[in-house]
Amino acid sequence: MTDIALQDGPEIAALPARARVLRRLRLGDATFYALTQAAAIAVLALLGGVIIALLLGAMPALSKFGFDFVTTERWNPVTEVFGAIAPIYGTIVTSIIAMLIAVPIGLMIALFLTELCPIPLRRPIGITIELLAGIPSIIYGIWGLFVFAPFLQQYVQPALINTLGGLPGLSVLFAGPPYGIGVLTAALILAIMVLPFITSISRDVFEAVPPFLKEAAFGLGCTTWEVFRNVVVPYTRVGVIGGVMLALGRALGETMAVTFVIGNAHRISSSLLAPGTTISATIANEFTEAVGDIYTSALIALGLILFVITFIVLAAARYMLLRIERRIG
Amino acid sequence: MVQTVKTTATTARTPLYAGRRRRNAMMIVLAWFAALFGMAWLALILGALLWEGLSGVSLRAFTEMTPPPGSGGGLLNPIVGSLILTGLGVAIGTPIGILAGTYMAEYGRYNKLTSVVRFINDILLSAPSIVVGLFVYEILVRPMGHFSGIAGAVALAIIVIPVVVRTTEDMLLLVPNTLREAAAALGLPRAYVVHRIAYGAARAGIVTGILLAIARISGETAPLLFTALNNQFWSTNLNAPMASLPAVIFQFALSPYNDWQRLAWTGALLITLAVLALSIIARALSSSDKN
Repeated sequence: MTDIALQDGPEIAALPARARVLRRLRLGDATFYALTQAAAIAVLALLGGVIIALLLGAMPALSKFGFDFVTTERWNPVTEVFGAIAPIYGTIVTSIIAMLIAVPIGLMIALFLTELCPIPLRRPIGITIELLAGIPSIIYGIWGLFVFAPFLQQYVQPALINTLGGLPGLSVLFAGPPYGIGVLTAALILAIMVLPFITSISRDVFEAVPPFLKEAAFGLGCTTWEVFRNVVVPYTRVGVIGGVMLALGRALGETMAVTFVIGNAHRISSSLLAPGTTISATIANEFTEAVGDIYTSALIALGLILFVITFIVLAAARYMLLRIERRIG
Repeated sequence: MVQTVKTTATTARTPLYAGRRRRNAMMIVLAWFAALFGMAWLALILGALLWEGLSGVSLRAFTEMTPPPGSGGGLLNPIVGSLILTGLGVAIGTPIGILAGTYMAEYGRYNKLTSVVRFINDILLSAPSIVVGLFVYEILVRPMGHFSGIAGAVALAIIVIPVVVRTTEDMLLLVPNTLREAAAALGLPRAYVVHRIAYGAARAGIVTGILLAIARISGETAPLLFTALNNQFWSTNLNAPMASLPAVIFQFALSPYNDWQRLAWTGALLITLAVLALSIIARALSSSDKN
């Protein structure tokens, strides 16, 4: 549309001063366009650069250990033998436990915020929960190490060991002494951290449910819970799953909070109370002290694996959120 | 909506209906508990921070360097380091982010490049920040041969970019097209329309995005660990390792020394207050813009 104004008619071109100004404006326009386009492409290049740099950095370790890298548990910096299964296992287990705890609670809070909460309180409570999302992860870490882990060690874990530890089947999961720090503690901190993400996304999609659908169900005599369970959740399922996956992506890549409380032990224990490690915690703890190319390269290979896992999870999340946006919008 | 729960004398007696109502009441109570539970964590964390950290907030914390174990000191060098790294990170990341967001909303609103960039940007937005640290280590620290403040700033800039891209695009998309058309009808070139009209209308939103980006990076630790590293001493040299509050908290909190742990709590309190203040200001700004 604007380009019309810049086209020189014959009488405009006749005036040299005016033509000069127009040329300058057109040049400014083209430069600005090129600049913005370059910046947009730079965002793409950033992702490409991350993948290429990690691949190059991971090459020495990956070519030395091959497929064994992702299937073995040995992690020995002295003999330079590295296998990543323990951190991969720790990453996945802590994230899954965190999601098992945070998803139901997050959905209930979203239900509360959209249907039950008195209207004047909605905004303040929503903001409080979103502020939780803004607290840096290192704060969760230091709080987890000095406040939460001792509390778990003293009160919660002994209780777990005495009750669930005695049950057949569950005894494997809750065996061993209460260290305080460990896989379960890390998972609980992760659950607190991802709770606000799940809450705010599901609140947004719940609010997008057309009111007449809910009103029709209420009109049939459904209770609030039945409307939520049978109308709101099915209608928004894709969006909720997208939000959950987004939170899962966060949990998988979370570094500092986990590093403080997981205990950094390169082994897979069946007990959730035992110390373990995750990919990000291993990198954070060992990278600056890694001597030798293979050690560094093995840690970068871990980073590559983490990036690939989170990329897949986040891409799936975005795809699902896009689908619900299209349906609602 | 709640009125539907009201019973009539006949239906209340059927066991099925009574069961449904019980279930409903139970779930409502659970939802209330869930909300209280969610907020309780914020209270618990803030409470612990104030309890443990407040005693360390004194003039000394802002005027003295980080001490060796066993002696007193403050957090001056990490505070200054954090300010420098955050400032530089924002200074590098914001222009790129705003330009890319401008392209997506103003020039290529419906084209393929924009939808691809939007998708990738959303993924970068939640990508693990430790991976960003590894990336910058590979491209800057390894070729330079040493850790440096500038590498830390670049790592933070990479985290700033997606946040700013997202908010800039969203805010520009909210600017009504009639404004652009009116400006174009006056003969303004496209770049002027963007600069004077679209940016003007979306300013508060874009500033909000930048504030949120600052809040996000001021507590980031993972990308700094192997880029800016840490520094026990006063240094503003961008070509040398630089202290930052998050890195000092990480080091001091995991140390066995009591004084160091106290300083870590103080640092944690300072960061949290700064981040909370930034997010509250950002929120106030965006809501005042809406009204």
